[in-house]
Amino acid sequence: MVTSTLKSEVRDLNFYYGDVHALKKINLPIERRKVTAIIGPSGCGKTTFLRCFNRMHDLYPHNRYEGEIILYPDGINIVSPEIDPIEIRMQISMVFQKPNPFPKSIYENVAYGLRVRGVNKKQILNEKVEKSLRVAALWDEVKDRIHDPAFELSGGQQQRLCIARALATDPRILLFDEPTSALDPTATSRIEALIVELKKEVTTIIVTHNMQQAARVSDYTAFMYLGELIEFDNTDKIFTAPSNKRTEDYITGRFG
Amino acid sequence: MEDIRKRIRYNTRWNYLFTIIGLLSTMVGMILLCALMIDLAIDGAPRLSCKFLTSFPSRFPEEAGILSAWVGSFLLLLVTALAAIPLGIAAGLYLEEYGKKNWLTDIIEINIANLAGVPSIVYGLLALGLFVYFLKLGESILTGGLTLALLILPMVIMATREAIRAIPNSIREASYALGATKWQTVQWHIIPYSTGGILTGIIIGLSRAIGETAPIITVGALTFIAFLPTFPISAEFPFVSFKWLMDPFTVMPIQMFNWVSRPQEEFQLNAAAAGIILMMMTLLMNGLAIYIRYRFRKKIKW
Repeated sequence: MVTSTLKSEVRDLNFYYGDVHALKKINLPIERRKVTAIIGPSGCGKTTFLRCFNRMHDLYPHNRYEGEIILYPDGINIVSPEIDPIEIRMQISMVFQKPNPFPKSIYENVAYGLRVRGVNKKQILNEKVEKSLRVAALWDEVKDRIHDPAFELSGGQQQRLCIARALATDPRILLFDEPTSALDPTATSRIEALIVELKKEVTTIIVTHNMQQAARVSDYTAFMYLGELIEFDNTDKIFTAPSNKRTEDYITGRFG
Repeated sequence: MEDIRKRIRYNTRWNYLFTIIGLLSTMVGMILLCALMIDLAIDGAPRLSCKFLTSFPSRFPEEAGILSAWVGSFLLLLVTALAAIPLGIAAGLYLEEYGKKNWLTDIIEINIANLAGVPSIVYGLLALGLFVYFLKLGESILTGGLTLALLILPMVIMATREAIRAIPNSIREASYALGATKWQTVQWHIIPYSTGGILTGIIIGLSRAIGETAPIITVGALTFIAFLPTFPISAEFPFVSFKWLMDPFTVMPIQMFNWVSRPQEEFQLNAAAAGIILMMMTLLMNGLAIYIRYRFRKKIKW
């Protein structure tokens, strides 16, 4: 079956900010338990594209989707107006560009997604919080001060906390929007290692402006330019033998 | 080289000049305020005593006190707070988080900004028509409290909106991205994180309300009251009584005005003493507002 390894499939997706046609007829497969990177110069629409997957655009007026993003195995269309965005966000988590922990305790940050889903049992919360923090490679650093405010953590730790928060709800897809752009190199390499580790369990899409990062962490890479998807292929292929001239120009640093 | 130095000397001269002007401007306000307070203290301090706080007004200046005035002010503020806080917060939350941006919310916004600038006597006239004549609430504590609530409502709404606007959008997005509904986001994030700013705004609003005189006179506060409102707790069932809401009342600034307008010197001293108490109440409330703001700033960081 064609869909057996597919987690999601983007079909003829158009997106409009009011009158601005931001995404143009995008087609893209998202493989299960792989990392798909989206690269491209600033303003090419890669973040806009990523935010379609959890319907973040619905938070603001005058935004409009056209086309389909199918989520397998159910086959529902993520961007269909008939689908409640909350239903999508319950299944697809996001890690943002700047670490954005809530001004609450470390524990409450991770537990929040579960509380939203009505989980109140102390024992279940404790287990889930610990498990998520372990997976996010943060547990050992914070286990003694789990009820301390999250803003006391360093930037890199805060971003791993945000990853733990996103993982606590067992998402089917994990979205990363330039997750290391506000971090130093050490913190960046820890996050990258984490992303590679995570793909054993969860399908991942990462937007990055850092091409080395895409090469290091992803299995597939999509190159976008001016709201269009120019090329999509295995990461190795994109970085060694791109078939499109513009892709080649971008990854060799001739523009962007 | 000499040219440059000359130029610098010329430029710094203006620096000095403004430092002096700025300092003088600051001092004018400070000195006037200090002089006012010292004058008030010298006149009123000898009259301050426990008896002054626990006595009713009287024909004899040395026996007169402010019991009915401060109890009236306190109860009035209680009604004001209970009415203005939920209304103001709900309105502010709606405008910031729920209301769609359109011509209707624009009009509401302009109206609220204008309401904050309406003279308080106009609120008094409105309240006289609405609460006293139309709703027949009488010249009561309830009427006075609701009048002041109207007066500070725009302030509470604006403080709420400002506090909510200070919350970074990334926090909202983080909450929504985890599948939260609007109300969950408001309940768990927006309200807790804006509480400091909202409380500060409310207290500053209340400290303005406590000094208001004009609208309270308009709705019929009495200038001479020698009894207290009905006590809210009684021995018989149902034990709690709200009869005090409908009782006549007076407040601190009206009591002061009453004394000031008398010819005898001794009553002037009483007014000064009441002024000290009123000033202390206001300063205490403002101090509390600053403390709350400080506590929340320390607790919440983005």
